[in-house]
This record gives sequence, structure tokens and C-alpha cells, in this order.
Amino acid sequence: MAQQLTIFVENRPGRMKSVSDILLENHLNIWAFTIQDRGEFGLIKVVVDRPEQARLALADHGFACALKDVLAVTAADKPGNLDKLTTALLDNDVNIADAYGFVTPNDRQGMCFLEIKNTQGVDLEVVVAAAGFTVVKDEELYET
Amino acid sequence: MIWKEDIETMPLEDLKNIQSERLVSLAKYVYKNCPVYKKKFDNAGISPADIKGIDDITKLPFTTKIDMRDNYPFGLFSRPRTDLVEIHVSSGTTGNPTLVGYTRDDIALWSDVMARTLCCAGAEPDDTIQIAYGYGLFTGGLGFHYGALEMGLTIIPTSSGQTKRQLKIMQDFSPRILACTPSYALYMAEEAKEIGLDPRTSTWEIGIFGAEPWSESIRAEIESEWNMLATDVYGLSEIIGPGVSQECQYKDGLHIYSDVFYPEIINPDTGRSVAEGEDGELVITTLTKQGIPLIRYRTRDIVSLTTEACRCGRTSPRTSKIKGRTDDMIVVRGINVFPSQIEHVLLGIDGTHPYYQIIIDRQSHKLDSVDIMVEVDERIFSDEIKKMRELEGRIREEIQAVLSVGVNVKLVEPKTIERSMGKSKRVVDKRSL
Repeated sequence: MAQQLTIFVENRPGRMKSVSDILLENHLNIWAFTIQDRGEFGLIKVVVDRPEQARLALADHGFACALKDVLAVTAADKPGNLDKLTTALLDNDVNIADAYGFVTPNDRQGMCFLEIKNTQGVDLEVVVAAAGFTVVKDEELYET
Repeated sequence: MIWKEDIETMPLEDLKNIQSERLVSLAKYVYKNCPVYKKKFDNAGISPADIKGIDDITKLPFTTKIDMRDNYPFGLFSRPRTDLVEIHVSSGTTGNPTLVGYTRDDIALWSDVMARTLCCAGAEPDDTIQIAYGYGLFTGGLGFHYGALEMGLTIIPTSSGQTKRQLKIMQDFSPRILACTPSYALYMAEEAKEIGLDPRTSTWEIGIFGAEPWSESIRAEIESEWNMLATDVYGLSEIIGPGVSQECQYKDGLHIYSDVFYPEIINPDTGRSVAEGEDGELVITTLTKQGIPLIRYRTRDIVSLTTEACRCGRTSPRTSKIKGRTDDMIVVRGINVFPSQIEHVLLGIDGTHPYYQIIIDRQSHKLDSVDIMVEVDERIFSDEIKKMRELEGRIREEIQAVLSVGVNVKLVEPKTIERSMGKSKRVVDKRSL
């Protein structure tokens, strides 16, 4: 599964930059990111090409951070596709804890990352495929 | 007026005789009635018979806040619980709070020393007093209440808070005396101006301020803001509550009621007495208390003492204002706070021990604020915002429950709290006291 790195940062100028600085120093490529704001602090969530290396680099600089498996799903950029996906997940009692998505402008490809509470132990790949979407495979995401 | 003129203006030699008699009885009393003290005497190789006068007091062992904690709740008492008519609780350093209790005679003693205190500040029997110290487990409110009752003043027991109401009550009932913490007096001045009331026109002429350290500059500010005489009162619940010592109108030291609360000033490191006028830790022996009499209780407050006669006619020694503490206790809105209490709570959060820093601040004429910065390290970090929010809330609630003071908790990034000599600087007090 895709890995998401979550980083604790205080909400003050320069903190986002200190994270991007470290990622740059280590030549890490960012595929997606989002920030959750909680006033005094926030959580930065990033998906990068080499997650473990990113985690170690940030931890070395004193950041509190953690890696977590997330579901990376691609879909055609068409109205109703998100609804189709959420319906399929609901039908299987899968709870979405957090999600973020975007469309790549050139090839009009939709992509989303989902943090899943999969208490029933459902085979997510099967569920997603049955709805007509694709779970991005590790070998497509990461160099092995 | 002087409330107990015979005692309060007694020549020091006569006072010494009273202190001697009382110490001799006290030593016998605690040895007989309190197993903890019996053991302390035995361990020190001291028998009550060795105590023949007040000068023998240095033979006796000290009592500390640790003794209070270790013998919580009733171990240090010399009377059975059924003899107590009231108990009060204040914060302890860690874990157990400090419990004190009063017999009916102890309440009479408290009433007496508080009546002395009110007179010392300048109260007259026809006066009305507004008591804006908190009523409840904190000794401030009820201590003043008992003294005012004893003296026959008219009491307005407003307790603390509800500032607009305090001001309305002052305007409606014209009390001449105000009793509260000095920071609250300044806060009320600001509130008064906000509702269009000129503090200088208030009916309060005398303020009796205490329960937190305050400087001469704060005094000058209160006196000019409110156009009143601002006096300092000292006390601690272990000894009696408020009513251990009080400034007279000359504001030249606090008269300590040494016929009942015998003071010594010691070097906190060696335990030996320091010369008169030198700074040291104030140690008090309660000569006549019954419920929980304390022998050589170490207050951890740093003061100096003078026996020079005062212009007001009182002969009892005077202590300086509190110049510091021998421990890291801080006083916030009149409540004692120990950094160790906060540490204790943080340790209880999943058994971790994160770096923290306590920042205490007071914007001009505002109440103290307490910000607790907690570093989020790997152990308490969660990648869910909901859990981080819960952590923040849990730390805040648990600390508030222990301290009885509202605090703000701020989660900060690791290594952002300044380390000095490898240890974090735990308390940053930005207040100008």
C-alpha cells in the first residue's frame, strides 16, 4: 500500500518550509500533500517517493512523525466517480478516516489517497476493483 | 486600634516568658498525642523534658511539607477527627494535597489573629469589609470572615470573581475595607474604568492584600489607582491560613503574632539561625494550636526579621515582605502551584515524560495566565488530528483538576523548548510582581 507520512508542526511562519527544506535536501519527490489545521498546531500529510527515508530525515531534525498505510486509488475524471467509490466502501462497512484527492491536468486522471478504518478486514483491492477503479500498486509507486 | 493590646504591645521579655511556657506545654502535648511527633522526637533523641524554655526550640526537629504529605490525611494531627470542626485543603507538591483541620479552639485562635490583622490594617469596629478572597477549601475567604465576625465588622462575603458585581456592591454598600489578592485589586481597577467608574472615587480606603507575592511597585500602583492604603497580609494554611502576620499603617514590615506563631529565620541549607536582619527561611512553630500543631514548620518563604519597636506601638517582631522561595513554588491567582504537580500529570499521560515549560504571564491589570507548552515527541504523537486534540484536552483537564487553576495547553514541536544545562527551564515567570 501507499505510505503517508504525517508530521506534527506548530502553526507559525516557516514551519512548512522547514519540512520542505528537509525533503529537498534528501532529493525526495512529493506526490501529494495536505495540511490539517488545529489552530496552534497542525498535521502535514505527505506522500513521497521514498517514505522511510523521508521519515528518518525528518526525525533526525527532531520532527514527530509517523508512517501510515493509505489507499491510493485512481479513477477517470468523470462526474459521479467519487460517489461510486464511497458507495462501494460504505456497502462494505469501510470507514474513511481522512482523504484527499486531485486531478492531474494533462491526462485528466483522478487520484485520491484514503486513510481507512478497515475493521472488517475487507480486501480493499477487490472492493475498489469491483467498483471499477484501480488501487495503485506498490511497484507503480515506488522503485524497488 | 490594637485588638489584643496587652499581648501586642507587651515588652519582649514578658513575651518570651509566654512563648517559653507555651513551648514547654506544646512539646509535651504533641509527644503525648501525635505518634508521628513522638517518633520524630525519639529519632532526634529529644524528650519533652529537655524543653525548658523558648531557647530550647532549636533542639526540636523541623516539620516540612513532606511530613504533611507523607502523613496525609490525619497522621500529623494531635486530636481525633471527631474534635475537628472544620478542615481545609490546599495544593501539595505532588500527589496528596495538604490537609489542615481546626478544633473549636483553633477557630477561636484563627478569629483572634484575624481580628488582630484587621485592626493592624486600620479597621475600626463600625467598618464594613468586602471579602473578595475565595470562600471554600482555600483558607482566604473564611479566615477573613472569622476575623471580621470576631471584630464585629459588617461582612460582605462576595468571595472572588464576578467583578462587575463586586463593583456594584462596593458602590451600593460603601465598604471601607477590601480584602483580596493584589492582582485582583488591579484587575478590578481596569474593569471599573471599563464600565465608566473612576476607581479613585471608590469607598475602599484600606486594602488587605495577600495570598501571592507582590512588590512595592504593585503597591504603589494599587494605591494610586484606587486611592487607598494597600497593606500586606501573610499566612499559610499549614499554620492557620491568613492571620500569621500583617502590616500596620506604616507599611514597614509585617507584625507576626509571635505569642502564638513563634518565628525563626534559618539558613535553609544548614538549618541554623541567621543573624537578625539577614535573609533566611521563615520557620514557624504554632505555640497554641490543638488540632494540627506544627513544630518548626519550614514555610520555604525567604524573609528577614526585625525586633525593633514599631511606631504603631506593637512590639511583636516584623518580617519583611516575602523575598523569594526555597523551592520552585509559584503563586497563580492566589493558588500555590508546584511545577512537580504538572510533571506528575504529564507522567501520567501514557507513562511518558515529555519536556514541558510553564509560562506565567500577566498583562497589565489582567489576571495571571498559565500556558503549559508540551513538546510532542514520538511517544505522545499521533497522526490523527482528533487524537492530538484529545491529548491536548486531556492534559488541560487533568492539570486543571490538580491545580484548581485554569491553564492553556499548547502542543509544540520537539526541541523547541529551551534547554539550559541539559535540563529544560521549567518555569518562565513573565509577571512583574
